[in-house]
Amino acid sequence: MSLLAIQRGLRDHILAGGGDRPAGVAPSGEAGLAVYRRAYRAQLVACLRDTFEHTWSWLGDDGFDAAALSHIAARPPGGWTLDAYSEDFSQTLAGLYPDDPEVAELAWLDWSLRRAFDGPDADPITTEALARVDWESAALTLSPTLTIGAVATNSAAIWGALAEGQAPPAVERLPAPAAIRVWRQGLSPQYRTIDAFEQLALAMALDGCGFARLCEQLAGPDDAERVIARMGGLLGAWLHDGLICGVRA
Amino acid sequence: MSDRVIAPFEGFGLGLRPPHYAEFLERDVPVDFVEVISENFMVRGGRPLHILDAVRERHPVAMHGVSMSIGSADGVKPDYLRRLKTLVDRVDPLWVSDHLCWTGLEGFNSHDLLPLPYTEEAMDVVCANIARVQEVLERPILLENPSSYLTFADDEMSEHAFMARMCEATGCSLLLDINNIYVSGTNHGFDPAAYIAGVPVERVRQIHLAGHSQGKDLLIDTHDQPVPDPVWALYETACRRFGPVATMIERDDDIPPLSEMLAELDIARARASRMERAA
Ligand SMILES: [Fe+2]
Repeated sequence: MSLLAIQRGLRDHILAGGGDRPAGVAPSGEAGLAVYRRAYRAQLVACLRDTFEHTWSWLGDDGFDAAALSHIAARPPGGWTLDAYSEDFSQTLAGLYPDDPEVAELAWLDWSLRRAFDGPDADPITTEALARVDWESAALTLSPTLTIGAVATNSAAIWGALAEGQAPPAVERLPAPAAIRVWRQGLSPQYRTIDAFEQLALAMALDGCGFARLCEQLAGPDDAERVIARMGGLLGAWLHDGLICGVRA
Repeated sequence: MSDRVIAPFEGFGLGLRPPHYAEFLERDVPVDFVEVISENFMVRGGRPLHILDAVRERHPVAMHGVSMSIGSADGVKPDYLRRLKTLVDRVDPLWVSDHLCWTGLEGFNSHDLLPLPYTEEAMDVVCANIARVQEVLERPILLENPSSYLTFADDEMSEHAFMARMCEATGCSLLLDINNIYVSGTNHGFDPAAYIAGVPVERVRQIHLAGHSQGKDLLIDTHDQPVPDPVWALYETACRRFGPVATMIERDDDIPPLSEMLAELDIARARASRMERAA
């Protein structure tokens, strides 16, 4: 029997979580098959618990493990890293908890902070470097670890309380659309809740939009002044947070 | 095949694990080398690589992987090898090791060390995959005997005979896990001492020591216990046959304080030197 056939048989058996002894496995292998079937799932659940630590504490062991097992069944891992696998977990949770949007938002936050933790290094620029910039033609290069996710609930406050080991607040729907930005400053992953204006400005900057055009597009017919003032404030905050890693002419 | 050889190295080391990161950064931990799990550092930046660079300044580093899947019938994944090579270039490790097993196939990855049948066909697949890996990494690798929980009806040779021929054909070396020999020997009914007697002496470059647990029907390689007496006894058998070999203790779960790991490593030192004096 070919190696390929043996490996396909064992793979399918592990994925199915039971069934007949795959062809090629010695008759004494029944107990061993159970070990491999269990280890496959236990290892992935442990890995998801590790990555989604605060989603786990929010849902509790039973709720989290049920969601993890349903993710494992629906989407067996493919790559050698579990990155793509983990990334999709918040979608699984969104499907399992359609009426509790904070669950998928917590998972998104757990995952994004983990990804920022070991994402690419980049040096932020200083205030002095900004002084010489020609804003008419300049575009900002933002931190390569920056990601932005829309939120409908106070999931950031819940996550923060869980991270501090405190009792989390009750879930609340936010009065207006908002988002969370996640990035790494030095070696420390960070997150901050932002409003729709900042979310749009960051999305446009990430898209490569130049600063002058960005201000123009964000301004309505008669609030150019206000938008420029607002952008000045945001620039200061982004600089302070180490979000700006370069200015392209 | 790579012409490079692995430079001689002996000594006693520990696996670098997150609960001990701070201590490794703050003081000169009395180990001769550290072993890192390659995949934990195959990342693009941030704290992991910062820690690795700092530890590398103080200690020689052995790289140990779990995802190479050297026994996959559909070959070793090029993207994995590229990322591994990037880390090898950064670390300049003592050597690079992984397991004699397969972890995935055709776009599926179990993230577990699955057993191989020891057949002529598997030999051809494993040797071709090793040759490819050694070509990309530009160095010979070490492969470790895994703990296994089942065998195959078509097995044509013992694990140690398979490894001896694989080393001969590819120029690779061995990381001998004494606990895994004990676990697999108990599970499959072979004599661990006879296994050690069949391993080619000149190929053994590193030894792993670890603990295991008794499952319902089988011994399980859990790495969550101190090294137990029968594994220590088998280590002495290994020391008598192989002489001084770089040795380390693996602990991946219920990880005790570093001082306890160092005390356990002292036991390994004492046992090895007693065997050396007796030889
Ligand atoms: Fe090992």
